[in-house]
Amino acid sequence: MNEKRMIEEEKHYEEVIAEESICINDNLVYEKPDTLLDTPMHYCPGCGHGVAHRLIAEAIDELGIQEDTIGVAPVGCSVFAYNYLNIDMTEAAHGRASAVATGIKRVLPEKYVFSYQGDGDLAAIGTGETLHTCNRGENILIVFINNGIYGMTGGQMAPTTLKGIKTTTTPFGRDVKVMGNPLKITELIAQLPGVYYCTRVAVNNPKNVRRAKKAILNGFQYQKREKGLSFVEVVSNCPSNWKMTPVESNKWMEEHMFTFYPLGDLKVPEKEDQ
Amino acid sequence: MKKELKLMKGNEAMAEAAIRAGADAYFGYPITPQSEVMEYLTNFANQKTGMVILQAESEIAAINMIYGAAGAGKKVMTSSSSPGISLMQEGISYIACAELPCLLVNVVRGGPGLGTIQPSQGDYFQSVKGGGHGDYKMIVLAPSTVQEMVDYVKLGFDLAFKWRNPVMMLTDGALGQMMEKVELFEQLPRETVKGIEKWATIGKTKDRERNVITSLHIQPDKMEEINLHLQAKYKKIEEEEIRFEEFAMEDAEYMITAFGLVARICQKAAMLAREKGMKVGVFRPQTLFPFPYKQIDSYTNQVKGILDVEMNAGQMVEDIRLAVKGKVFVEFHGRMGGVVPSPEEILEKIEEKFVGVPA
Ligand SMILES: Cc1ncc(C[n+]2csc(CCOP(=O)(O)OP(=O)(O)O)c2C)c(N)n1
Ligand code: SF4
Ligand SMILES: [Mg+2]
Repeated sequence: MNEKRMIEEEKHYEEVIAEESICINDNLVYEKPDTLLDTPMHYCPGCGHGVAHRLIAEAIDELGIQEDTIGVAPVGCSVFAYNYLNIDMTEAAHGRASAVATGIKRVLPEKYVFSYQGDGDLAAIGTGETLHTCNRGENILIVFINNGIYGMTGGQMAPTTLKGIKTTTTPFGRDVKVMGNPLKITELIAQLPGVYYCTRVAVNNPKNVRRAKKAILNGFQYQKREKGLSFVEVVSNCPSNWKMTPVESNKWMEEHMFTFYPLGDLKVPEKEDQ
Repeated sequence: MKKELKLMKGNEAMAEAAIRAGADAYFGYPITPQSEVMEYLTNFANQKTGMVILQAESEIAAINMIYGAAGAGKKVMTSSSSPGISLMQEGISYIACAELPCLLVNVVRGGPGLGTIQPSQGDYFQSVKGGGHGDYKMIVLAPSTVQEMVDYVKLGFDLAFKWRNPVMMLTDGALGQMMEKVELFEQLPRETVKGIEKWATIGKTKDRERNVITSLHIQPDKMEEINLHLQAKYKKIEEEEIRFEEFAMEDAEYMITAFGLVARICQKAAMLAREKGMKVGVFRPQTLFPFPYKQIDSYTNQVKGILDVEMNAGQMVEDIRLAVKGKVFVEFHGRMGGVVPSPEEILEKIEEKFVGVPA
């Protein structure tokens, strides 16, 4: 865009904003959820974590459960989730969020409890806790952010890193003979009888964002009805460590991540249960 | 349930005490020689008080369940034995930093490694000098009888909430397995401890800010502030919570120092020594942190020598030496690998080390 047009456009918007008509409450179509705090997020531009946080906040608002919800943050880029959500929260050790959530839920069964975990956290160091929490059918919600990399520590291989992908610890690409195949932990979890609801979503476009929010809402609602464990995988991006722009990273995710980790429900309640 | 006299195994008595103390939850993983704790609780606890009992998939999971449930302001407890306690160290460090109350029990067995299921005191350093990462302290209680195992469950919960700090009961495989007569205190109600809404994650009500339980403070000055706060708390604990027991110390010329079960054997040895005309007494720290440095130091004017006896290669003896600062001889006798020293053997050591020591 040339400079002259930019200035013209800016002027145009200033005029529009100055018109009172769009500033009245009735015209408001978008606002910050109550449960989301007004704290600047530390996430890189274009990162899926921020959107996922917002969806959780929206779901909590819509269900009116802010006073009854306790969240568990992991070790990973979302370690500071408790700085953004206006609810009681605990920050767990790396990989142990689902065990911490179990401890909370077992002594406060009437509260809503969720854990929020990255792929390294949930599917590498915390695999044992994840599988057993799911297998016990703990009546909680697990939100799993799969960005195929260790974001926080600077781009090392994750259990979910795709075949052939270069990371700081697989500089020649992930060799599955040496490092094994990327782990589809969500498919494993869907097999467990204790798991009531298991789905894979993304937050890369408006349609997927709406689906992701519905999944989170489902998770809390099933929890209210004491149905057991709900597991929501969010296939996500990490522009910084993938070394891509936000737009490129979303495109790459659609082309590569969605092929290996297809979006959709893996386990939904029986008809009469719904 | 009323106050009651019973013949009970240490582990089971401790479990019964947890129920009676009004504990809300127990999370654990089986390991000899303490598996009876969870077995007893799964049999009786829920029916009696509605206490939550959950067998975790590992000690790592168990300590993190403790972290979650303690963070919810509940009276929570776990027990394990040495290898299991090693696995819990990361979680304990988090709990200490986040200042959560809980009771942890180590029914110590011989190590290192998988070691033996026989009793040991080899985890003294791990319990009182850190164990996990960072500068933190647990309050460490060392019972020497089944009765004390019962009493320290109640005391442990009280101290944990008073100081918002993990409390470790350091006992051993022999105490866990032996049967003794115990007086069980009457059933206390399960009730919410006052003031927990100031910090516990129980659901943020409109009238307060959200509660966050975390041990993460990435700004160095903030993290130092947290450390200074913890250290100040530990100092206060040292001022207020030291507990110890003295046996025949009034006229003692020689002092045995020992903790836990070994102290009882040392009392017998002291009696045998007195029959032979040697004035021997026993000093037993009941709290290993805070440690009774001053009280031990005060005997340096009275005794000619100290023999420290432990079921390890010499761990508490380092604190005894710190206490007396070279003013009297400190000798050490230790057995390892699950071997329990006999009174006669200790008597022999007393004679070997102290007969002929100049006044
Ligand atoms: C016990 C332990 N080991 C290692 C680390 C270092 N560490 C912090 S975050 C992390 C990986 C996080 O990756 P992921 O769970 O995928 O989350 P992301 O940052 O990608 O959202 C690692 C290895 C730690 N904090 N604790
Ligand atoms: S490093 Fe990656 S996962 Fe972490 S905030 Fe940045 S983009 Fe998001
Ligand atoms: Mg990741």
